[in-house]
Amino acid sequence: MIKRSVFTNRKLPYLLILPQILVTATFFYWPAAQGLFQSLMISDPFGLYNTFVWFDNFIALFKDPLYLKSVAITLTFSACTAFVSISMGLFIATMANRALRFKALIRTMLIWPYAVAPAISGILWLFLLHPSYGVVSIAFKRWFGLEWNPVLVGRDAMIMVILASAWKQVSYNFVFFVAGMQAIPHSLIEAASMDGASPFRRFWAITVPLLSPTLFFVTVMNIIYAFFETFGVIHTVTQGGPGGATNVLVYKVYQDGFIGLNLGSSAAQSIVLMSLIILITVLQFKYVERKVQYTG
Amino acid sequence: MKKRTWLGFLAIASILIFTASQVMAAPVTINWWHAMRSARGKVCDHMIKKFNESQSDYVVVGTNKGNYDETVNAGVAAIRAKKHPHLLQSFEVGTQTMMLSGAIYPVHELMKDNGFDVNWKDYMQPVLSYYMNADGNLMSMPFNSSTPVMYYNVDLFKKAGIAELSKTDPISWDKLGEITTKLIASGVPAGMVTAWQSWTQIENYCAIHNLPFATKSNGYEGLDCELAINNPKVVNHITRLKKWMADKRFLYGGQKYQGPKAEFIAQNAAVYIDSISGIAKLKKAVKDFKWDVAPLPVETWMKEPQNTIIGGASNWVLKGHKKSDYKGVAAFLNFLATPEMQEYWHKQTGYFPITISAYESLKKKGYYKEQPYQEVGIKQMTRREPTKISRGLRLGYFIQIRNIINEELELVWNDTKTPQEALDNAVKRSNVKLREFEKIYKKK
Repeated sequence: MIKRSVFTNRKLPYLLILPQILVTATFFYWPAAQGLFQSLMISDPFGLYNTFVWFDNFIALFKDPLYLKSVAITLTFSACTAFVSISMGLFIATMANRALRFKALIRTMLIWPYAVAPAISGILWLFLLHPSYGVVSIAFKRWFGLEWNPVLVGRDAMIMVILASAWKQVSYNFVFFVAGMQAIPHSLIEAASMDGASPFRRFWAITVPLLSPTLFFVTVMNIIYAFFETFGVIHTVTQGGPGGATNVLVYKVYQDGFIGLNLGSSAAQSIVLMSLIILITVLQFKYVERKVQYTG
Repeated sequence: MKKRTWLGFLAIASILIFTASQVMAAPVTINWWHAMRSARGKVCDHMIKKFNESQSDYVVVGTNKGNYDETVNAGVAAIRAKKHPHLLQSFEVGTQTMMLSGAIYPVHELMKDNGFDVNWKDYMQPVLSYYMNADGNLMSMPFNSSTPVMYYNVDLFKKAGIAELSKTDPISWDKLGEITTKLIASGVPAGMVTAWQSWTQIENYCAIHNLPFATKSNGYEGLDCELAINNPKVVNHITRLKKWMADKRFLYGGQKYQGPKAEFIAQNAAVYIDSISGIAKLKKAVKDFKWDVAPLPVETWMKEPQNTIIGGASNWVLKGHKKSDYKGVAAFLNFLATPEMQEYWHKQTGYFPITISAYESLKKKGYYKEQPYQEVGIKQMTRREPTKISRGLRLGYFIQIRNIINEELELVWNDTKTPQEALDNAVKRSNVKLREFEKIYKKK
């Protein structure tokens, strides 16, 4: 029997949620509506010449091969970043969970990179991997003769921004995985090992399924992170280059809107970006969540 | 009772005194939003202080709004909210957007309306022409202007047995080819690097050789212009650089200046093309070798090379303030253009003095004997009267067009496209942007 508390006053509940609604409406719905409106217009930056053009901005976008390329780049970039950061996070969490001594210390140390802002993370990796002054890239060139030039080669630049973006997020994933693993009853794992299951089998058959709610949550968060928050990394490391190879959608919105002052197109891009992220999240909830096992 | 009357009288008197003093002496505040930070910001503050001390009617308040993009965006937001400053600094690529904004008070009108009879002939014409409309009227006041030049490493040149370059006569591109070959043979890792490739290798290349960058006199004479950089001469230039890349005579160091500058400072490259305003930075950063400045190379077929074009920013006067305020704005702009201020500005920042009299006065004082670098840019920029093609560029969405050019050039450098394909595509993509821009201002 579930107990429900009911307000006797009919107006009070609305009054109580009013502040929240006001905040959401002012800071989310109103700008979003403005963006939607702007995306249907072409206008000069000062708002003195406005022409309503229906969906011309969207049509122009999808006719632009570079925009479609940018969509593809964004999907690749996000998938790779999420994959790298989740697998690394999971690996480190498993190892840290097994560590007997200095457990608390190791955990604290591993959480630190999350406190680094994406832009700083970008600069750090630039110092490691820049073809002219990057320590690692110079070493690789000298020892293995590896041709590495993210300033010129699109693929190298992509790898560099993926590493810089994923590195920071590893800590975030690590925290959730460690917490998730601690919630797994130890008896289950012990029972499995008594039945003769190898550590890998135990991980695959027990830890992963029981960790799936965390894994699911982390995947959603990582995709959203890769879509939006990696702006700082791209901005400091490649500025979308070389030749547009790392020009992800969110950076293109900034370049066209803020730098280029092409507001109509930039607004249309924001709307597309928003729809895309809604679509991805809905898909994840619909198909991936079915396989998730919530304990209870 | 008496005490109260006294108090009342005192109160009234003090109110009267305060308001009266405010009415009589309150100077008019003039707001100026600019993009000059750190050392340059301090130079601006000093000039503002000088102006405020020189008279008592106006007080100029300078506010730094971040870098160029941020300053323009702050201006856009302020104009939309009708809380805009009197003066807004905007960079050269935003000229078309500002000019068409409908929010500006053209400088030539401002000066005339407020009784300043300016001798525009005394200004450096290639600087003025960038900010004039098609009829030759000045729309905004040039503020910080620079132009690209060629820096080279004197020590590495000596080692390779190459003579020092002239500061006035440009070498040819073929000659630079020979020089860089010798440099590579002498063991230098790379020949030349260039900063801001669109500005130095396309925009200025077109101006020097009097090649149209865009139709309709580079956009001055109509919004229906189209880009024209896929002509055989520019394609040939890019093809040459691409060829040089194969034997390290040219090294691509990134779109902006940081990468190429780092290569030059680390002596990985012996020739470095960048803005003349880079002098101060190089002076600070280079300790272990001698460097010098020369004009940009010219093709052998160009017997009378044109002026180079400027980069930098200008100050725009914004509409919608009181008439009396504009008198102060005009006075301030006039003050900034005085030889005294221009000399100070030039000496402190390396940007050009905008008037010929300031330049002549510096020359007379022997400044260029001490600082020969500075004069290379001025001489290169003023070597000929600007033509309709070399006077500047007036394109809508120019920032995005520069991005497109940068992207397409990078695709040449990393072997994805041939120079012809890349420049054709740059023109095609830019024209789409130009048509979009034209549509905004089309009369309904």
